[in-house]
Amino acid sequence: MTLDEILSSLFPKGHDIDPRSDHLILGTGKRANGGTVEVVGIADGEALGIEGVLPLARRVLDIVASGGKAPILVIVDTQGQLMSRRDEMLGLNEYLAHLAKCLLLASRSGHPTVGLNYGKAAAGAFLATALATDVLVALPDAEPAVMDLPSMARVTKLPEDKLKDLSQTTPVFAPGLAFMSAVGAVAQVWDPAKPLADQLEATLVAVPAGDKRDLLGAERGGRPIAAQIARRVAHQASGDDYV
Amino acid sequence: MTDPRHPSADTASWFLSTARERLAGLLDPGSFTEFLPPTERVQSPHLALFDLPAAFDDGMVVGRGRLGKRAVLVAAQEGQFMGGTFAEVSGAKLVGLLRAARDDAKLPRIVLLLLDSGGVRLQEGNAGELAVAEVMRAIVEARGYGVTVIALVGGRAGAFGGAGLTAATCSRIAISEQGRTGVSGPEVIETNKGVEEFDSQDKALVWSVTGGRNRRLLGGADAYAGDTVAGFRDAVLALIDRAPPFDLATLRAEQRRLADRIERLGACNSAVEMWVALGIAEPQNIRNLDDTAFAEIVKGLRGAAYDAR
Amino acid sequence: MEILKVHHKTRGPAAGTIGSALVGVVASGNLEVMLERTLADTECTVEIATPVRGYDDVWKAVVTDFVERASPGGLRISINDGGARPDTVMLRLLQGVRTMEAGHD
Repeated sequence: MTLDEILSSLFPKGHDIDPRSDHLILGTGKRANGGTVEVVGIADGEALGIEGVLPLARRVLDIVASGGKAPILVIVDTQGQLMSRRDEMLGLNEYLAHLAKCLLLASRSGHPTVGLNYGKAAAGAFLATALATDVLVALPDAEPAVMDLPSMARVTKLPEDKLKDLSQTTPVFAPGLAFMSAVGAVAQVWDPAKPLADQLEATLVAVPAGDKRDLLGAERGGRPIAAQIARRVAHQASGDDYV
Repeated sequence: MTDPRHPSADTASWFLSTARERLAGLLDPGSFTEFLPPTERVQSPHLALFDLPAAFDDGMVVGRGRLGKRAVLVAAQEGQFMGGTFAEVSGAKLVGLLRAARDDAKLPRIVLLLLDSGGVRLQEGNAGELAVAEVMRAIVEARGYGVTVIALVGGRAGAFGGAGLTAATCSRIAISEQGRTGVSGPEVIETNKGVEEFDSQDKALVWSVTGGRNRRLLGGADAYAGDTVAGFRDAVLALIDRAPPFDLATLRAEQRRLADRIERLGACNSAVEMWVALGIAEPQNIRNLDDTAFAEIVKGLRGAAYDAR
Repeated sequence: MEILKVHHKTRGPAAGTIGSALVGVVASGNLEVMLERTLADTECTVEIATPVRGYDDVWKAVVTDFVERASPGGLRISINDGGARPDTVMLRLLQGVRTMEAGHD
């Protein structure tokens, strides 16, 4: 699905999101119930650098400042963080973390946040956007990844074919939507043949109250032990009689 | 679990020490209690697939102790094991610690993250990436309940990728000259964009871009530590009581701080140009200063005193 | 990954009272050694996980030599190996026993 098709299907009553030369997504969509959905994001596979972060973060902070409980939809198609000496020199990690913190603040302030991955999503830009939401959904052609298989083959010094074989055994490392779903990162895959507006409303009704992604990963078998390890650590910490 | 406490722990190099040596030296003697210690053998279930050895603590040591008699929760990454990477087990241990801090007001209200990590462990990439997202969320939630989370950056693996984002999610960051932080490491940028973009073999260039001194001068870290256990202890003690709350005002101020940085420095082509724009008299000399002289320069800079994070 | 398990009788118990210790790190050419005081006074087991195959005899020789030198009775010793040389292995084993003797709890 193209971004245009996605927006039309999400907001049959209309939206004010226009294509921008910086490939950022900023605007508002109308809900069937008369309410609005605030939309931020990044399109066209664009890499996210320090200049891209600021308008998105400012918009999220403005939404928080204006009060209300309007949901925020974070639509993402990004190849990852901008790989640039200059952006690194200026502290890209702070910029990306800032955007994530703004989204997490919005969610804490009563704005349900939903990530929607429709194209690529990778590495630091993924953490700064879609992975900093209350619930992440995807369209079937989404390609979330930490790193593509050829690059991974280079770093791990394992042949690509061997990695492909291994990915059949475990979803824990290989790129792709099925694997990201199995570990609990992607909660649902939406059906592009049905109106996305209805699927968004259904998702908004069931936004989880806290971070349940490790439980989801255990349930789906992609991250077998993370949830119980986090619980065991918390239990040992709180069970301790230390003064 | 017991740690060997070196007699010269205070002057031992932070950079060269292991995670356990750092904790043993940093915390008050005998005060450390570990959660899920190595005797519980909570190892990575995935590394064997790649014929790689596991570690009994998966390279993440979590627990509690005291620092200058104040109770603290601590987490330390072992940068020598798999680059200190975030993976299913190592990530979940940190998530559990942060959630405990969030949920249990009786626990110490200070969390120290001794980061030493190249980011996500590729062999467990999906689990690791998601663990970082969970860690970032748990840091924010703990901060929302008044917990101060301080990142200490000065290990061999630095704090890159997800660890760089994790550091910048904390209330405060202490960094040493040897500490390096960012998102993509120089080698990754060179591999993807070419040597003209970033020559990872040019040590002086790498130092000036990712190194602790540049980060401190720009306000990318809040305290500068000497490369010793004592240096980091002093830096942390100086930061503990001046942590910003996690709220709209703080993030608005961070927005201004980051926008201002691009306005003032965005056109610079090198770190030295940035340091000139910051008003530093002898920018070429930054590298040659000793820690004390460098700390003096930091005092005079607006950027380095910015609070919001 | 290859798993080796070696069992020895020792002359007597290892010195010290602390329950467990961990020395070294898993890195290229290095290893971690975990020692736990959980066995009978004249028993010692050493369990090794190593990605380097085919060196059983070398490991057994190093462990036998170590047991002779250190008399590590009562210790369950577990090793995660990153491809360490035999001299490094011996160094770590002895460091581990010293830590069990002298380490602070």
